Amino acid sequence: MSTFNSSDIAAFNGGVWVFCEQRQGEMMPTSFELISEGRKLADELNTKLYGLLLGDKVEGIAKELGGYGADGVYVCENPLLANYTTDGYTKVICDVIEELKPEVMLFGATNIGRDLGPRCAARLHTGLCADCTHLDIDVPKYKEFLRSSSTLADKMIDSIPEDDRNLKMTRPAFGGHLMATIICPRFRPAMATVRPGVMKKNEFNQAKADACEIIKPSFTLTQADMETEVVEIVKAAKKLVDLIGADVVVSVGRGISKDVETGIKLAEELAEVLGGVVGASRAVVDSGWMSADHQVGQTGKTVHPRIYVALGISGAIQHKAGMQDSECIIAVNKNENAPIFETADYGICGDLFKVTPMLIEAIKSAQAAK
Amino acid sequence: MKIIVCVKQVPDTSGKVAVNPDGTLNRASMAAITNPDDLNAVEAALTLKEQTGAEVVIVSMGPPPAEAMLREVMARGADRAVLVSAREFGGSDTYATSQILAAAINKIGIEDEDIVMCGRQAIDGDTAQVGPQIAEKLGLPQVSYAADIKKDGNTLTIKRMLEDGYMTIKVKTPCLITCIKELNEPRYMSVGGIFECYEKPFEILDYNALKDDPLIDATTIGLKGSPTNIFKSFTPPQKGVGMMMEGADKDTCDKLAGMLAAKHLI
Repeated sequence: MSTFNSSDIAAFNGGVWVFCEQRQGEMMPTSFELISEGRKLADELNTKLYGLLLGDKVEGIAKELGGYGADGVYVCENPLLANYTTDGYTKVICDVIEELKPEVMLFGATNIGRDLGPRCAARLHTGLCADCTHLDIDVPKYKEFLRSSSTLADKMIDSIPEDDRNLKMTRPAFGGHLMATIICPRFRPAMATVRPGVMKKNEFNQAKADACEIIKPSFTLTQADMETEVVEIVKAAKKLVDLIGADVVVSVGRGISKDVETGIKLAEELAEVLGGVVGASRAVVDSGWMSADHQVGQTGKTVHPRIYVALGISGAIQHKAGMQDSECIIAVNKNENAPIFETADYGICGDLFKVTPMLIEAIKSAQAAK
Repeated sequence: MKIIVCVKQVPDTSGKVAVNPDGTLNRASMAAITNPDDLNAVEAALTLKEQTGAEVVIVSMGPPPAEAMLREVMARGADRAVLVSAREFGGSDTYATSQILAAAINKIGIEDEDIVMCGRQAIDGDTAQVGPQIAEKLGLPQVSYAADIKKDGNTLTIKRMLEDGYMTIKVKTPCLITCIKELNEPRYMSVGGIFECYEKPFEILDYNALKDDPLIDATTIGLKGSPTNIFKSFTPPQKGVGMMMEGADKDTCDKLAGMLAAKHLI
């Protein structure tokens, strides 16, 4: 029988931690989302919230995290941490966690977070839940969430014991057909990667940012710890679409196939009139008609804009998983039985190549009349 | 030189997915397929085999019927297959699965020139955790999200995708790589391959075969050894059906624009 330090649950009383990912000295937006969510969890656990920031000369960007709710930031600086490497970052994070013992550890579910999180969890012998979309500590709040977001009967929800204090990590599985809430009852820290764009960012508070404590934990890292070498980092040449932050998203699906160029152009025109950006279903990205940064859905981005327009998108559950929380959903599809209409606030059964130009004109007139 | 590729048999969630009344997945109603990203890992291994003459060994954890999938992967060109299968391994989460697969890979043997390959993630769980966790358990460096792999002696140069670009990473064998679909186009089974695959070596590793590995221990495998547990599982509600507009002409669009304006959405 093996024994693990991570099973001494009472010893892990070092607060809620968020790994705050930076790239080339610039904080990733998901760090602010996770700090905001972490604040809520720390308050429910009646403990403190800390950011964990690794890099080279990054202390200057640490205090901003306080403005979103961090009580303090553990800053680990070393030239070997300038660029992300699995080896370097795992070594430092695991050493610091074993020393300071947080009870909860969150990572953004970015390509880096999903490389780093599992490696750390395996080294620390603890559980990790991937790509979470909802987190709770307090059971009454979790029950409220289930009442609004599940098809479970009230009787089933009421029977959940109120005294459970584990981090309840909810995530989609099987492409969003099922949701599962995962706990890690026997080991600490309970770890999760959290899907970018899902957690809401708090209002920035300058006074709290000024008061944020900077702590520099001791750690060792030498060249001998590094088994991978970053030769170069290349940023995508063109500007990436900011789908996650967009107020309006107009997405196209397989329905544009008979004239891809015109279909995309119509979506762009509609997006421009509405002040939004263009997204795409997986089929469109897989066909090479638009680049992967446009993809909305389970394997793409999660968006919750004010207006989401789906042009020629059938509405596979994987797509719905990425857009169903939009405030107002408008769907145009030739097939009256398309599942997208089950999710839409307004549906028009028609040919997108005919309907979209008329919709653009109608919206222009309505805007002009205001 | 060996390339060990981890593959998983998964339910095909791209079509219609049936959910039982109790909130579990009706697996019987769905076809079992080889996880798509894993086929990219297989293809990468077969490409390296063509360049170097390496042996390609496929390993999978799952119930005995997964043999059919392993035969298919051998029909694509892999040399031999190992199925890790035992009641004791059932109910494992990603941590416990990684322990078991790492023990199986130890049994197959990892030498200086060898490479372990996995798909980025499986379409049933979408965790992307088992690859990195196997690497940790084997003490190997890992490179995930590989979109290009070049080999020069014992040094691999890998293009690792990020959301906003990519990194080029150098790593020495032995190492573990997780592969994404941008890496390659998986080949099909060949007719010759289909005939040959039934002659190729197929081995089952059960609990007894792996139990002496220090990674295998009642506290680290199966349902009881899994750090994570399912607290609740449920199906999300359908959003209430909205309004289907009448017609699809100018009047329809004007009416819709009017309603959006009335709600201050435009």
